[in-house]
Amino acid sequence: MTPKALPYLLLLPATVFLLVFFVYPFIQIALLAVTGPEGFTLQHVQTMASHWKFNTALGWTILLAAVVVPIQLVMALSMASIVTRLQTGRSAILYIFSIPLGLSDLAAGIVWLAIFEQSGFLNSMLYGLGVVEQPILFLGYQNIWVIFLAVVLAEIWRATAIVMVILVSGMGLIPKEYYEAGEVFGASAWQRFIKITLPMLRPSLQSALILRTLAAFEVFAVVTALGGTTLPVLMGETFQWQFTLQDRNVASAYALVILAISIAATLFFLRVLRVPKGATL
Amino acid sequence: MTATVENNTPKAVETARSAGRFLFIAAVVLICAWVLVPIYLLMVNTLSSPQEVTGFPKTGIPSFDFSSIQFFISFAGVAKALWNSVLVAVLTMILSIGIGAPAGYALSRFDFPGKEAFRMLVVMTRAFPLPLLALPLAVLFIRSGLDDTAIGLAIVHTVLAIPFAVLITFSLFSGIPLELEEAAWTLGCNRWQAFQKVVLPLVLPGIAASAVFAFTISWNEVFAAAVLTIENRTLPAFLVQNLNVSPLHLKFAGGAAMVIPALIFIFAVRKYLFAMWGIANR
Amino acid sequence: MAEIVIKNVAKSFGSFQALHSIDLTISDQEFMVLLGASGCGKTTLLRIVAGLETPSQGEVWIGGRRVDKLPPRERGIAMVFQNYAVFPHLTVFENIAFGLRMKKLPQQEIDRRVNRTAELMHIEQLLKRYSGQLSGGQRQRVAVARALAMEPDVILMDEPLSNLDALLRLEMRAELKGVLDESKTTTIYVTHDQVEAMSLADRISVMNGGKIVQAASPVEVYRNPAARFVGSFIGNPPMNFLPAKRASNGQWQVAGLEMPGPVAGDALEFAIRPEDLTVSPDGFAATVRVVEPLGAHTLVTAEVGGKPFRAVLDSDLPVSPGDELRLSPKPDRVRWFDPETTRAV
Ligand SMILES: Nc1ncnc2c1ncn2[C@@H]1O[C@H](COP(=O)(O)OP(=O)(O)O)[C@@H](O)[C@H]1O
Ligand SMILES: [Mg+2]
Repeated sequence: MTPKALPYLLLLPATVFLLVFFVYPFIQIALLAVTGPEGFTLQHVQTMASHWKFNTALGWTILLAAVVVPIQLVMALSMASIVTRLQTGRSAILYIFSIPLGLSDLAAGIVWLAIFEQSGFLNSMLYGLGVVEQPILFLGYQNIWVIFLAVVLAEIWRATAIVMVILVSGMGLIPKEYYEAGEVFGASAWQRFIKITLPMLRPSLQSALILRTLAAFEVFAVVTALGGTTLPVLMGETFQWQFTLQDRNVASAYALVILAISIAATLFFLRVLRVPKGATL
Repeated sequence: MTATVENNTPKAVETARSAGRFLFIAAVVLICAWVLVPIYLLMVNTLSSPQEVTGFPKTGIPSFDFSSIQFFISFAGVAKALWNSVLVAVLTMILSIGIGAPAGYALSRFDFPGKEAFRMLVVMTRAFPLPLLALPLAVLFIRSGLDDTAIGLAIVHTVLAIPFAVLITFSLFSGIPLELEEAAWTLGCNRWQAFQKVVLPLVLPGIAASAVFAFTISWNEVFAAAVLTIENRTLPAFLVQNLNVSPLHLKFAGGAAMVIPALIFIFAVRKYLFAMWGIANR
Repeated sequence: MAEIVIKNVAKSFGSFQALHSIDLTISDQEFMVLLGASGCGKTTLLRIVAGLETPSQGEVWIGGRRVDKLPPRERGIAMVFQNYAVFPHLTVFENIAFGLRMKKLPQQEIDRRVNRTAELMHIEQLLKRYSGQLSGGQRQRVAVARALAMEPDVILMDEPLSNLDALLRLEMRAELKGVLDESKTTTIYVTHDQVEAMSLADRISVMNGGKIVQAASPVEVYRNPAARFVGSFIGNPPMNFLPAKRASNGQWQVAGLEMPGPVAGDALEFAIRPEDLTVSPDGFAATVRVVEPLGAHTLVTAEVGGKPFRAVLDSDLPVSPGDELRLSPKPDRVRWFDPETTRAV
């Protein structure tokens, strides 16, 4: 009943598609970054690295991920714990919690622009409370840390939902008996969370952290919406080199940098949160 | 049993418990507000006149003036951008389900050499910053005449959506017992008929949900859209290109135009979000 | 005529050999039960007959047609699955009609057959329901009705009762027997429950480790096990075995007793069923270890020649642990096995 070729036939479109539009372009990127008219060259990489914005862009990108991801993890864990404990209105609350999942980073940037811009709601509130006499220009170049803060808030606001959804699904897979056993042996709610939930959640934590960290390295539209080019990030620089400066080789070199830190982060999480063989559910 | 326990509970424990209950509810309300208030504020701006949007201080209450929306809709290029967004998203949806679902089915039903290699290929796509694909593909597309077309951008968005489509459909098909298909075979169906008459009706709602998910991925994507289109911009690409030149009320109305469909999408697929991720994690 | 002939069929999954060269003929209208412990290959064999699994070697013939290269739909079979496989998106009516619609029968004929089989299985009042609104027993009935409605040459059933609770299983067993006898369909029925096998079968094929050890009528399998395995697997409690040494030609030394036996080799295995033992002064010397009253009988676990040895005795007989008993086998019920080949001698 199973012609041997059938599974391969079914996989063929996806495989061909991924080879042509995923594997091949990445080889192209690598080639573009290190080749010039005379073959192999490190000139594009040098151009990139010696540009004054490279270090700041790299720094801001990594700092942003380092600040956003841990906060998101803690928030998502709290939200997931709350959701699993809800008795009434669970589906409505879950829907509200997962709304930002469907929002793009550009939309999130615009949403937070409404709050942080000079005539925005934050200034209106501060003015109404009598804290300020005049609206402050929060998102100007002299307030780079405020821009950073706004980006952090927007990113946390938008992308915590996906982490929560992954964790809620993971928690749903942990059999209730483990908690009951924990309770019988006298573990408090907090101890049960630390000793049962967290370790058993490791595969989900791993997926969520990898997904989120990589997405944080790709941050682009939020930053553009809130700070223009004042706060340089890697993806934004890639865009600049591609369009404004019309140098695809340097843009590709930037892409390679993003790729490199992405792979490093993936390997890091795979290693730190690895699940010993046979210790899965 | 529960009643007696509660009757015997000392007063102090009771107070502590109700305090805990209060904190719990407060946390739920707070998080809901954290999610909803910024969206509300965006809507306030969208439903105010351009003067009110740039005005100061703001009241936080919409005046239900539709001139911002009118301005946005009649702004040169917006209607076309909206149409392009829909077109690209629909193409992405069709491509990613059409290509991803057969693969998900194969993974759920067969054991064959090379299965692991394929899974690795799919998982690998998640570890790469995919929007960057747009850079080399721009060249490829120019050569093949796909540059600045909806289908070209949809192809890149499909690369983004395929891992999800494969993993989600894999989990959907895995949820249908093989026994049902086998029963259909013994009752006179060939493989295709059994799929059509038994599997398809059962997975259709889930497939629809993953199609909506693919649509959302494309609807929201900014970077590749901005790189690959010039004349035929999608809405996000249009907005991001014009950010530094467009007036505030245009930005906010554009933001709302992106947010509202997203709210509906998430509502449509809410039942499947968790099932999707539960399995996709394994 | 739907005789099933299985010729030299073997199946391996990778390096694991699930079936070793099976030969079996099931005659027209026969009720054949495949019986064996879990993992012995019953399902695999059934699925090969159904066409859901491809044999690594051998042939399958149904009604004089070679079918092992044909897909299930062309084999003239119907199957009842262990988890019933009632389609959840169709009503009971449409479930039963499913195969008939595939055959493109006229609506009238479909209505007639669905109603007839539904009546037969006592589910007429459920025809409009969905599988989610049915109990396990009801789903079971739908699955059987769906198979019967096909009016197939052969019905295949894989542990159809194993998911029902004990009482329902008893009831369904009797009903299945009636319905299948009536339908005069050749049946292969897989189970690991020997009571089920005994009560349903015309013939039982006892399987072990991917081989058919014995294929015979229930009484034959019980009384004359062809191999030590059959004796130890069938019957509850199972057969007792004791080593036997040759005393002289046709005389054997068993746990201190000398008794007549076959003329063969130097060592044999003596076997007797627990209910074929009586208390009498010239029997085996047995030390009682455990006494389990079962109502009409008492199950006594004793030690004979240092080996555990069970006897089913009349419950009037007073026995308690520690007692010394003499248990003597009914001579016509004694069986002998070759310890090397484990076959009956
Ligand atoms: N698809 C398969 N792949 C690998 N091994 C299998 C497969 N199906 C069955 N087996 C193995 O074959 C043996 C017989 O299985 P089965 O026929 O299902 O036994 P039974 O029905 O008697 O319990 C078992 O050891 C089982 O693990
Ligand atoms: Mg079985």
